[in-house]
Amino acid sequence: MPPIVIGIVQVLFDGVAFGMLLFVMSVGLSITLGMMRFANLAHGSFAMLGGYTTTTLMRHAGWSFLATLPVSFVLIAAVSVVLERVLYRRMYQAKELDQVLLTVGIIYMSIAGAAYVWGPEPQAISLPDYLTVYRTVGWFSFSTYGALLLAVGTVLTLAIFFGLERTRFGAMIRAAVDDRRVALGVGIDVNRVFTITFAVGSGLAGLGGALGINALGLDPSFPIEYLVFFLIVVSIGGTAGSVKGALAAALLLGLSDTAGKYYIPQTGAFIIYVVMLLVMLWRPNGLFGRA
Amino acid sequence: MTGVALATRGLYKSFGALRVTQDVNFTLPAGARHALIGPNGAGKTTFINLLTGALPPDAGTIELDGVDITGLPPDRRVKRGLARTYQINTLFPDLTPLEAVTLVMCERHGVSRQWLRPLARSRAIIEEAYALLVQLGIGDFAHRQTRHLAYGHQRVLEIALALATRPHVLLLDEPAAGVPAQESGMLYEVISGLPKDIAVLFIEHDMDLVFRFASRITVLVSGKTLREGPPAAIAEDAEVRAVYLGTPVHD
Amino acid sequence: MTAAEPARDSAPAPSAVADFRAQARWQWYEPLFWLGAIAWYFLLPTYLPLGTQILATALFALSLDLILGYGGIVSLGHTTFFGVGAYTAGLLARYGWQEPISCLVAAGLLAAFAGWICSFVIVRVQGIALLLVTLGINLVLYEAANKAYKITGGADGLQGIEFSPLLGMFHFDMLGRTAYLYTLIVVFLVFLVARRIVYSPFGLALRGMRENWKRMPALGAGLRRHGALIFVLSAAIAGIAGALLAESVQFVALDSLAVQRSVDVLTMLIVGGTGVLYGSFVGAVVYMVARDQLADLNPAYWYFWIGLMLVLVVLFTRNGVVGALADSAAWVQRKRGRGPAP
Repeated sequence: MPPIVIGIVQVLFDGVAFGMLLFVMSVGLSITLGMMRFANLAHGSFAMLGGYTTTTLMRHAGWSFLATLPVSFVLIAAVSVVLERVLYRRMYQAKELDQVLLTVGIIYMSIAGAAYVWGPEPQAISLPDYLTVYRTVGWFSFSTYGALLLAVGTVLTLAIFFGLERTRFGAMIRAAVDDRRVALGVGIDVNRVFTITFAVGSGLAGLGGALGINALGLDPSFPIEYLVFFLIVVSIGGTAGSVKGALAAALLLGLSDTAGKYYIPQTGAFIIYVVMLLVMLWRPNGLFGRA
Repeated sequence: MTGVALATRGLYKSFGALRVTQDVNFTLPAGARHALIGPNGAGKTTFINLLTGALPPDAGTIELDGVDITGLPPDRRVKRGLARTYQINTLFPDLTPLEAVTLVMCERHGVSRQWLRPLARSRAIIEEAYALLVQLGIGDFAHRQTRHLAYGHQRVLEIALALATRPHVLLLDEPAAGVPAQESGMLYEVISGLPKDIAVLFIEHDMDLVFRFASRITVLVSGKTLREGPPAAIAEDAEVRAVYLGTPVHD
Repeated sequence: MTAAEPARDSAPAPSAVADFRAQARWQWYEPLFWLGAIAWYFLLPTYLPLGTQILATALFALSLDLILGYGGIVSLGHTTFFGVGAYTAGLLARYGWQEPISCLVAAGLLAAFAGWICSFVIVRVQGIALLLVTLGINLVLYEAANKAYKITGGADGLQGIEFSPLLGMFHFDMLGRTAYLYTLIVVFLVFLVARRIVYSPFGLALRGMRENWKRMPALGAGLRRHGALIFVLSAAIAGIAGALLAESVQFVALDSLAVQRSVDVLTMLIVGGTGVLYGSFVGAVVYMVARDQLADLNPAYWYFWIGLMLVLVVLFTRNGVVGALADSAAWVQRKRGRGPAP
């Protein structure tokens, strides 16, 4: 195979894996934003905490990488429920500025807290052997870690879509995102639906943060560093709450970021930001937004 | 007054599969008093939103004084004399009525982007704003923050803001919505006192108000014009009674 | 609500205009505030560099207050314009134009131009998309300045810049005396302009945008042109603030374009109070004095307290320190039984 084809396949593979990971991490933000109009900028703090849960369990309790992932999910979901009950719930009717400030405050506290507990240095985990090897299929070789990201991302994405489209609870979520007042009117307990959605969404962020440690990196600045990625997924994806839009935006972002790093590494994230601004100029409601 | 103030031709609007406006051809003569009625979900507010430019139509044209304004943004339509009020108060809670009306008059006089000249020097504009509030009977509350006004007074302010743009077509979206009985007299007075040269189109559920003020009525059902005619004819119309007046009209 | 309420102003014939005159009148605390800034020069000679930084930063916060506190537009990337100003002054000096006042003017103009360009995207979006766009513009500029290290010095910052003496007479001395007085005068003059903006017809339009963005077009207001104007004005002020800092420390850090600084200035403004002009000054003093005193703390932990402060301000105060002061003043007056009812 000519190298150019191999390069393209490589970019597709890594880009889609990264995009899936981004989608899994941001889908909760997209749905809760659509449902409650609550701008939780601290979403990345949940992802970071998921990552630290995994590193801590592996280092100090000797757990295996894969075994820590469900724990990260459950723990972060639980933490998020507490936070939702104690703090966020008071802010649903508040001005957007207050929501921004409150969640920025939480970002800051989580950053400082992480630096205090785990230190400022980037964390790395030693993945099990079967995740550090390269496999070759025909002329194409890929890392098993990348394959894991792709596989878990695909399974979770399918599960999310199945849950939203085919289950009763999913229908309730869609109704609440579509029109909160109507949902209340037909007897849906929107607050309860929201709490559960928020917990699952935050848990997924935690899981993504854990799964992606070796792809995304993990240090206390994580919530700020990835904030813009989450924002891109939810705004380019279209009027918050559009899950298909979020998936498309996440894949687009994953692919263009990977392609950028592969072909023009010297420009860094610059291209992504410029493209994002052009998209927002062209379609202020996002690529898939309702007019 | 003669001539057509506002006209629509073949207006269509859908939200997904839901058709909210279908082939509406509507004419509002200058100085008219026209009511738009219909059951909930008939597309009345959508129609207003199409007229003001808050929503773009899927098809059809809108003409103001014979000029096609279909593509104009909302603020340019206002400058051409088309103003509206909202069913749910859409006011400036922290501003006083005097400030709010002054704000609108500054827009109309084209001084709203003067950024170095003290506002207090625009004496004529401020006094014009105050006079409007006095004329509508809320002059006593001109200096209070809007959020502290009684609901009925807020409804009047809603109309005052629209009038401050000096419209010749005024769209009132349920002006009496939610006003308690003891405050409604004042609102009726304001509506009946609207200058005769302004063409008024109002959406209303309060049939008292409709039959009191309207000289013509359009009945909208499922986004389509069901009937149009003088109040007496509409009140007698069997089909209208069936789809609309047959249902309880007083809340 | 029975009897007609007299106008707040107790003029014999209460005219409608009196409301607007009363708003714009100088309050008793305003001269005190500026006298305090002059007193700093005499009383705290060793803290002049800190004072200079506070003044420049307060001016930066004031520029944000115009769009956020008055216009109601939330920006996560306001340091874009501060950075443009700082680099304009720095680069001019680096490449031979060292006259400080003209550098200041150039910085203001270029930042205003940047604000005008940015306004086209910014006024089209709201909510979370607005946060993304303002953040995105900030990130683009940061990355650009970082990559163009041959011109900007990249992460090392723009070093070795020097400005000629002010008016050809006053050298920028080591103790920072000239820098402090120069900054104070410029900040005061720009403040006067900002004060005029606030009490102008456009200032009223801004408050209208804050109170009800959606209603404005339905009242004949062109939000795009309003948005463009406020971004030009606000960016110019931010640019002047950036240039002031560059001139007084003779250095431009890449940090002046960092998103962190956008969030810092937002924090200051919130802690001080929005939409009250002096909130930006109070916030800058509180924030920077605290940081100066806590400089020994690991910066990572300092942000914990900032975060906590933000959360507390949002949950428990109506409008930052200034809001809390106003509330307690009103409370004391009520206690004495001679103040207005709430």
